[in-house]
Amino acid sequence: MARYVAGRFAGIVVILFLVCLFTFVIFFTLSPDPALMICGKTCTPERIDQIRGVLGLDQPYFTQFWTFLTAIFVGRDYGSGANLIHCAAPCLGYSFQTNQSVWEMVVDRLPVSATVAIGAAVLWLLIGILAGLLSAVKEGTWWDRTAMGLALGGSSIPNYVLALALQYVLVVWLQILPFPSAVSFSDGPVLWFQSYLMPWVVLATGYACLYARLTRANVIDTLAENFMRTARAKGLPPMLTMRRHALRPALTPIATIFGMDFAALLGGALITETVFGLNGVGKMAADSIAKNDQPVIMAVTLLAAFFVVVGNLVVDLVYTTLDPRVRITAK
Amino acid sequence: MSDLLVVEDLTVTFPTTRGPVDVVKDVCFTVGSDETVGIVGESGSGKSMTSLAIMGLLPRGAVTRGSIRLDGTELLGRGDKDMRRIRGNQVSMVFQDPLSSLNPYYTVGLQIEEVYRAHKGRSRKAARKVAIEALEQVGLPDPERRVDYYPHQFSGGQRQRVMIAMALVCSPALLIADEPTTALDVTVQAQILRLLADLRRESGTGMVFITHDLAVISSIATRVLVMCRGEQVEYGTAEQVFSDPRHDYTRMLLDSVPRIDDSPIDEVMS
Amino acid sequence: MSEPLLRANELTKRFVSRGPLGSKAEFVAVDGVSFDVRPGETLAVVGESGSGKSTTARMVARLTEPSAGTLEFEGEDITTAKGATLARYRANVQVVFQDPFSSLNPRHTVERILMAPLVYQGIPPTGGKRAHARELMERVGLDPGHSQRYPAQFSGGQAQRIGIARALAVHPKLVICDEAVSALDVSVQAQVIELLRRLQAESGFSYIFIAHDLAVVRQIAHRVAVMSKGRIVEQGPVESVFGDPQDPYTRTLLAAIPRINPEWDRRRREGSPR
Repeated sequence: MARYVAGRFAGIVVILFLVCLFTFVIFFTLSPDPALMICGKTCTPERIDQIRGVLGLDQPYFTQFWTFLTAIFVGRDYGSGANLIHCAAPCLGYSFQTNQSVWEMVVDRLPVSATVAIGAAVLWLLIGILAGLLSAVKEGTWWDRTAMGLALGGSSIPNYVLALALQYVLVVWLQILPFPSAVSFSDGPVLWFQSYLMPWVVLATGYACLYARLTRANVIDTLAENFMRTARAKGLPPMLTMRRHALRPALTPIATIFGMDFAALLGGALITETVFGLNGVGKMAADSIAKNDQPVIMAVTLLAAFFVVVGNLVVDLVYTTLDPRVRITAK
Repeated sequence: MSDLLVVEDLTVTFPTTRGPVDVVKDVCFTVGSDETVGIVGESGSGKSMTSLAIMGLLPRGAVTRGSIRLDGTELLGRGDKDMRRIRGNQVSMVFQDPLSSLNPYYTVGLQIEEVYRAHKGRSRKAARKVAIEALEQVGLPDPERRVDYYPHQFSGGQRQRVMIAMALVCSPALLIADEPTTALDVTVQAQILRLLADLRRESGTGMVFITHDLAVISSIATRVLVMCRGEQVEYGTAEQVFSDPRHDYTRMLLDSVPRIDDSPIDEVMS
Repeated sequence: MSEPLLRANELTKRFVSRGPLGSKAEFVAVDGVSFDVRPGETLAVVGESGSGKSTTARMVARLTEPSAGTLEFEGEDITTAKGATLARYRANVQVVFQDPFSSLNPRHTVERILMAPLVYQGIPPTGGKRAHARELMERVGLDPGHSQRYPAQFSGGQAQRIGIARALAVHPKLVICDEAVSALDVSVQAQVIELLRRLQAESGFSYIFIAHDLAVVRQIAHRVAVMSKGRIVEQGPVESVFGDPQDPYTRTLLAAIPRINPEWDRRRREGSPR
């Protein structure tokens, strides 16, 4: 088991290195000169050269990549003398457009993205799994057909459409909720909850619909298993039969998918955060793409990749405890 | 020997798009409290449907008529709650494929304990002790350790032993074995047949043994019911059915059984 | 004694599974198995699950590569044959599988299924496709008028007859039956065994008959190889292996076979002379 985990960690390091290399190559060879972007309107060739020197753009690509990599572990300095800017480890680069270390920007915004992701996850797990379960148990009834029809419709509504519709109905028309703004928990729990409610609902809708359909399919498959017939032949109470024998086998695969979906969301819910003006990693990504702020784009890409590969590992490790058949072979 | 199970004119009807279909038609048989009745038939003969009807486990939509009496009390038309108290307690069942019939997510100990606890209402600790005893009774070596094993850690024959332990843990009056040895290798089959016969004799349980294999039936049953397309074509003592079958279908079946002790190949080649 | 049609010499199949960090686990499914199949004879390979009998069949059919050992067909080494040699071998050696439905394409008509081996081999059907298919169906006891039907329209026994007809389409010299009658009901099984024997008597090809049911093997085999844990523990003429088994495993296997009470059986047969 320990060897297995060690092996997987080595794999993760390799993947992250490749992601670094890939994003580096794409951004530093295919997009416009970052020095030009920083330089602004009153730009002279001397000024550009100076900026290139500060950013290290005059170095060979290999050296630039090496500096980028080592900066993650030991930090780096931009410029020299009075203009020296120190980017402390873990340094993911420095945004000269916002004059901030990218790492600090990420650390600032990650809690917002995490709040959005966790709240939405709670919502979609509750609603999705419950609806799917009910549909499976009442397969073929009006409830099942209605719920699955809604699920199919719900998963085909784009997030921004849903977000704008919700805002119009709840904020502009019914005026139940305040206009969404970046509110922290210290501003009061009620206000905090109100401002996050819409993003949660919007983000959760698509997932809830997907999870409802997945849960329904898995539970129906499990109910047809021979061991369910055994459980009934044993005269077990229906609730025990359902809870113990049907739910665990049916929900284990969903736990896997959930881990992956949730990890991906920690890397930022781009559309939802942008629509509701939440200062999360997703909105940061959108802003930096709009301004072509390359260090930030790279960092966001790396961060998303990091969450996905780590999420993947966590899911695989959790799976070995959820499914005894895997547990034995992993040893 | 008293009549433990009396099945009279049992008919099971399934609704289909082309109208109702009788998968079991007017089947009658009795099982004494200390005997094995074999139900034999080819695929689609209705033999498994008969056993599910006794258990009250027919698929939704199936309509049952006739009478199934266990110890004098009628089982047909009982509510699910009543049937639940009977299933696993007074009547229990062993199925064909022991791997898929056991839940892969739980230890065999838990799966045996839960039947006992559901019917006898005892503590987890008491149930665990009973489970270990049950595993020992079916001849599983080292039951104290194996009680915590998962189904995939056993061989096919061992899994069927676990299923049998689970079926017998509440000392039921009737055991229904539906093709219990069909998925097993022939040497393992012999062991399981012997085990079933021994346990049945020791515990005084009545048994319904369902199979497609006439040779297996001949070695275990005292009475035999032959089914074909839902109908009962022959019913009598094993000796009568095997030595003096009345029905052409039974004769045809018996003639089809490949025999290990004589080889017809010379007849053809010469 | 005539020259063997097929000679398997020390056939071995090892399966290697690799762990996440290159840890290796080796499993020997077939361990140095040797046998001959002579023209016109039936060699049965029997054993319980995991004995390696099916892997042996797959190696002989060249569906899987042997890890070691050689295969000779009519004196020619075809262990690693490729291209035209392999194609010729495939035309000479056909396989009938256990589950007739999953080994027949459900979207193809019987005629198309039966003609497929000819198409692959590039052999023109005698008298045209329709006529050839009808002739094959007649040979295996199917109604030739059903050549345009699909597999799902046939019963299990009939579907297995289609599988047999397909194997015969290219006039093979060796037919490998991998548990070909195991999934069938006993009355249907008896008919299919009868068919297999009749076809052999008519055409003189050989069978390798893979089975777990010794009673079935007794009905059809001339010689028997008993496999256990990847090895052949005993092989010889059917009468001597079944009548006077030498290996303890063969004895256990034979003793375990359920038999109809011999006394009852004798009385029935005497009572009704049929």
